[in-house]
Amino acid sequence: MTMTTGAGLARRRWSALLWGLLGVVLLAVLWEGYKAIGPPTGVVLFDTSILPKTDDRSMPHLVDMLSRAIEPVNTSAGSPPVWVAVIGAALTSLGVAAVGWAIGSVVGFLIALLMQRLQVAERAVLPWLILSQTVPLIALAPVIVAWGGKIQIGAFSWDRWMSVAVIASYLAFFPVAVGALRGLQSPDTIHVELMRTYNAGWFRTLLKLRLPASVPYLLPALRLGAASAIVGTVVAEVSTGYKGGIGRMIIEFAQSGTSDPAKAYAPIAGAVVLGLVSAGIVALIGLTLKRFNRQEAAS
Amino acid sequence: MTDTARTTAPTPSEVLPAISVRSAGKIFTVAKGAEVQALTGIDLTVAPGEFVSLIGPSGCGKSTLLRLIADLDSATSGEILVFGKTARQARLDQEYGIAFQSAGLLPWRSVQANIELPLELHGVGKAERAARAEELIELVGLTDFRSRFPDQLSGGMQQRVAIARSLAERPKLLLMDEPFGALDEMTRERMQQELVRICSETGAAVVFVTHSIPEAVFLSDRVVVMSPRPGRIVDIVSVDLGPGTSRSDSLRENPAFFAGVTAVREALHGSPVAPLGADLR
Repeated sequence: MTMTTGAGLARRRWSALLWGLLGVVLLAVLWEGYKAIGPPTGVVLFDTSILPKTDDRSMPHLVDMLSRAIEPVNTSAGSPPVWVAVIGAALTSLGVAAVGWAIGSVVGFLIALLMQRLQVAERAVLPWLILSQTVPLIALAPVIVAWGGKIQIGAFSWDRWMSVAVIASYLAFFPVAVGALRGLQSPDTIHVELMRTYNAGWFRTLLKLRLPASVPYLLPALRLGAASAIVGTVVAEVSTGYKGGIGRMIIEFAQSGTSDPAKAYAPIAGAVVLGLVSAGIVALIGLTLKRFNRQEAAS
Repeated sequence: MTDTARTTAPTPSEVLPAISVRSAGKIFTVAKGAEVQALTGIDLTVAPGEFVSLIGPSGCGKSTLLRLIADLDSATSGEILVFGKTARQARLDQEYGIAFQSAGLLPWRSVQANIELPLELHGVGKAERAARAEELIELVGLTDFRSRFPDQLSGGMQQRVAIARSLAERPKLLLMDEPFGALDEMTRERMQQELVRICSETGAAVVFVTHSIPEAVFLSDRVVVMSPRPGRIVDIVSVDLGPGTSRSDSLRENPAFFAGVTAVREALHGSPVAPLGADLR
């Protein structure tokens, strides 16, 4: 019921940013702090490594990571700086993930609609949805690549990035389906009955009541879906062998870890930023739907 | 209906009652196939423009009766006619407006858009909708709040919007299920006053569920007293205020009002209330 003033909102936003930055600083302090005081051989308890080694190969200095990021990728002539390569790879992955996210969101929403419409469907489909998320992606990737490879319709032929997008969508659809279902089922009995007294059919009720009511549930679900799509893309790039994306880059750079340990951290940071950016983009979409995010009127 | 047509011959619209309930019953099937008789043998006729309250303790089926009339539930026996049509047909034809205990406004719609909702659903044009909403907003006294959202309104204001919304399509019948039940006493009395005025301006018949005796007497032409297990009508008290008495605030101190309150109370407690001494003996 409290009305948020513009100034209060701005202050809260700044403090959120401040806390976020503080978290990053804390992480950096922890890293460098442990590196400074931890034993070089790491902490081993009963033959199990509890904490990593602190030598420069296992834990490079943050400064080294940053300075490595602005140096060229390799010694060959015309090699771009690492950070430029990372951005390029991240954008490639973002494009693929966006396609996966869009497909996953549409499919997830349609499944939610079906489950809302037919109670039988909810009981029949929901367990399968949950089960679907327990299938390891690594196992799924070769199957999808193999199936995709068989598809060739006229000029259209299956590309490897499409397999990646499909796998990303496989992760993204789940939160959207569950969130959308909760949202579509969120209207109170009184609202549903009111629509009944207006003789509004299922579709009208969907349009005027269920859809707007689902927005507060849908937005976080879409955000979650976006993050899942990024994770799916990164993993799928590795397991399908798709080149050019950030997932592949993480592996490639990590393989040169022994000689160039600081290099591997740039694409990892890139993947993290990618997740944040994608969630941010969805949040921007959410701003246009702000009206539907209003609290239920207190009565 | 044919009977009345034979004896006298006024135009059908004059004889047609707003509501005609004949020996209606409702049985709910609860868990494990057990049955609960919610209503039995209900006979009730409401004339056009008449204000009728349903009163009784919890579980007496007063809300259920309202829901049967609104076709939100269907009767298991008997007949319910609304303006001569079946309850279902009356709902399809939008013969009534309805208001519940909680206002039930859509939080993402402004006051005006909430009032326009039923009109929008039935394809009324934008300009006409706006004009009608304007009238209703004025009727319920929310002119300065038309573009506010429900979470910015007090409970009483929200209920006003709900009433305006129920009137949007100029129904000849209003069904109200404890619409003031969640309001504080002061707001409640003011809303009752407003409702009397609104009803006299629209001329709609009203079925009003309440468990406040003074509220029922203040508002109604007749008070239907119900009793639980099974839900049934035990008495119908006509509130006779005498000629020329208006339902204004001063009515609350009028002897006729007290007489009405006493009559309803006696009917509720099983008449007469008097034998208190006998109980104590």
